Amino acid sequence: MKTTRAPRTTSPGSDGFAAARAPRTARAVRVPGGLSFRVDVRAFTVVVLLVVAALAASVVLIGTGDFPIPAADVLKTLVGQGNRGQDFIIRELRLPRVLVGLLVGACLGLGGALFQSVSRNPLGSPDVLGLSQGASAGALVVIVLFSGGATAVTLGALAGGLVTGLAIYFLAWKQGVHGYRLVLVGIGVNAIVTAVNGYLITKADFVDAARAVVWMTGSLNGRDWTQVWPLLVLFLVLLPVVAGNARGLRMLEMGDDVSYALGVRVERVRLLLMGSAVLLTAAATAAAGPVAFVALTAPQLARRLTRSPGPNLAASTCMGAALLVAADLASQRAFGADQLPVGVVTGVLGGIYLLWLLVVERRKGRV
Amino acid sequence: MNRLSADNVTLAYDQRVIAEQLSVQIPDRSFTVIVGPNACGKSTLLRALSRMLKPSQGRVLLDGQAIQSLPAKQVARTLGLLPQSSVAPDGITVGDLVGRGRYPHQGILRQWSAEDERVVREAMEQTGVAELAGRYVDELSGGQRQRVWIAMALAQQTPLLLLDEPTTYLDIQHQIDVLDLCAELHEEQGRTLVAVLHDLNHAARYATHLIALRGGKVIAEGAPNDIVTAELVEEVFNLRCQVIEDPETGTPLVVPAARRARGRGAGRPAAVTEAS
Repeated sequence: MKTTRAPRTTSPGSDGFAAARAPRTARAVRVPGGLSFRVDVRAFTVVVLLVVAALAASVVLIGTGDFPIPAADVLKTLVGQGNRGQDFIIRELRLPRVLVGLLVGACLGLGGALFQSVSRNPLGSPDVLGLSQGASAGALVVIVLFSGGATAVTLGALAGGLVTGLAIYFLAWKQGVHGYRLVLVGIGVNAIVTAVNGYLITKADFVDAARAVVWMTGSLNGRDWTQVWPLLVLFLVLLPVVAGNARGLRMLEMGDDVSYALGVRVERVRLLLMGSAVLLTAAATAAAGPVAFVALTAPQLARRLTRSPGPNLAASTCMGAALLVAADLASQRAFGADQLPVGVVTGVLGGIYLLWLLVVERRKGRV
Repeated sequence: MNRLSADNVTLAYDQRVIAEQLSVQIPDRSFTVIVGPNACGKSTLLRALSRMLKPSQGRVLLDGQAIQSLPAKQVARTLGLLPQSSVAPDGITVGDLVGRGRYPHQGILRQWSAEDERVVREAMEQTGVAELAGRYVDELSGGQRQRVWIAMALAQQTPLLLLDEPTTYLDIQHQIDVLDLCAELHEEQGRTLVAVLHDLNHAARYATHLIALRGGKVIAEGAPNDIVTAELVEEVFNLRCQVIEDPETGTPLVVPAARRARGRGAGRPAAVTEAS
C-alpha cells in the first residue's frame, strides 16, 4: 500500500474493533435464508419491562373502584373463570375502560415519538403543535353549537384533529416540511385554536360549558367497548405503515440531504408518518379527550431509558400506555373512583417532568 | 460513455436561475474537482448530479438513464453524496452512524447481514476511525467527525462518490488528511470521486480532472496541468496571479499577485491598461 501520509492510529486486526464495540448493546440476529435483524438489547429489555408494567398496572386498575376485586380474581375472570358478578363488572365496565386507557396511551406515545422525530425537536409533540387543541375544537363545536351526543363528539374531535393536522402540514410546507418551521407553525396554529376554543366556551350555555370543560381535561370515565374497537382497528391498521417507514425515519434524523443520498424517499416517508401520527393523536383525543403531556413526555422518558438514538417508536408506544394507565391508577387510588380525570394527573406529572428536564439540561448546558 | 453526466441542464431555485444549458461529463475513475468563485453554481451542480435538485430543463444521466427516473435506492447504491452540512443524531456512536450508510442495501427483512458488518468494519478501517467505533460522534473533533462521515459514505459502497466541500471548517492538517484519504480511495479502489473545493491549489494538486465554473458556465475543463494558467485564474476568479510548479508534486501552484502589483480597488483596470 502506497501512502505518503503519517500512519494512522488504526488498531490492527479485528480485536481492537471488537473491544471498541464492547459498550454497544446491539446484537445481530440472523436466520438462515438471508433474514437478518439488529436488536438493541437494552431497548428490547426496556420494551419488555414497560409492557409488563403496563399490564400489571392494568390488572390492579381493573380491581380498583367502589367494588374492589383482588388481582388474582381479576386474572381469573379475564381467562373466563370468574363468578358472574365479577364477570359483569370486569368485562362490561372496567376492562373496556382500561383498554381505552392502554390504547390512548399507546397512540399518544407513538404519535408523539413520530412528531418529535420528524420535527427533530423534543417540543414538537402533538399537544404543543395544536393537534390536541384542534381535536378539542372539533368536539366543542359539536357540544356547543349542536349539543351533539357522544358519538357525534367523537367524530367531531376526529375531524378537528385531522383538519388541524392538514392545516399545519400545508402552512409549514416549503419545498418539503422542515423541523423548526413545523414547530413554529404548530405553535401559531395552537394559539389560534386555543382562542377559538375559549370563544366557543363563552358562547355555551351552562350545561354545555360544563360538559365541554370536563371533556377538555381528558378522562377515561365511562369509556366502554364502543371506544375500544375503533381505536384498536386504527392502531392495528397504522402499525404496519409506521413499521414500514421506521427505518427511513431513523435516517431522516441525519438531515434531509444525507437521507436523500442514502435513498430514502424523504417527503413520502415524512408525509406517511405525519399522517399516521395525526390520525393516532386525533383518534386518541376523540376517545378520551386531550389527555395532557403524554405525547410530549413518553418519547423523552423512553429515550432516556433506552439510551438509544433514533425515534424509539416501540419503547415510546409502551411508555405511553404504561404512563396513562399508571396515572389513572394513581388518580383512582388517591382520590377515589371517577373523581379526578386522568388528564389532570398526566398534566401535573408532565409539567413537573418538563421543568425537571429544563433544569437538568440547563445544568448540562444544552438548553 | 461516462457513467455520470449533465446534459444541457438548467438549474434554478424557485425562479432564481443558477445555470443555463450546462453540460458536464464526469470521466469514469477520475478524481474530478469543481472549482469556481462563490455563487458560481458549483454546489448547485453537485446537487443536480446527485439528484437532489431536479433540473428545470435538461437531464442528469446516470448509466445512460435520467437520474430522476431511477428508483431512489438503486441510485443510492451507485452514487453516494457527502453533503456540506450533516447532523449526527444525539447520542449516536461512530459504529452506529457508519452502519447507517448500509441503508440502501438493506430491507425490512434484511436489516443487518454479516456483509453489512464486514463492509462497515472495512469502511472504518480505511478511514482510520475503527478504534473510535464505540465513541459518541458529538465527542469527536471536527477532523475525526469528517472521517466518520466519509466512512459512512464508503459503507454505502458506491462506485461514484460526490463530496460537497469536504474540507470546509477543518484546519490545514485535517484538510490535507481528508484530501489524502480521497486520493487513496480514488487510486486504490478505482472509485470515481467528484468534489467541490474552495482552495484552487488543493484542487490542482489532487484532481485528475478539473472543471472551472463561473456564472453557471464551464470556463475550462481538463487535467490541471493542461488548463491551470494565470489567464484562466484571472478569467474565473478575477485574480491576477502567477502559476508556478508545485515543488512537491509538479502540479500547478497558484500564487496570487502581491497587493501592490494588483493595484488597489477600483483603480485596478486602469492601472493594468496604463502598465500595458
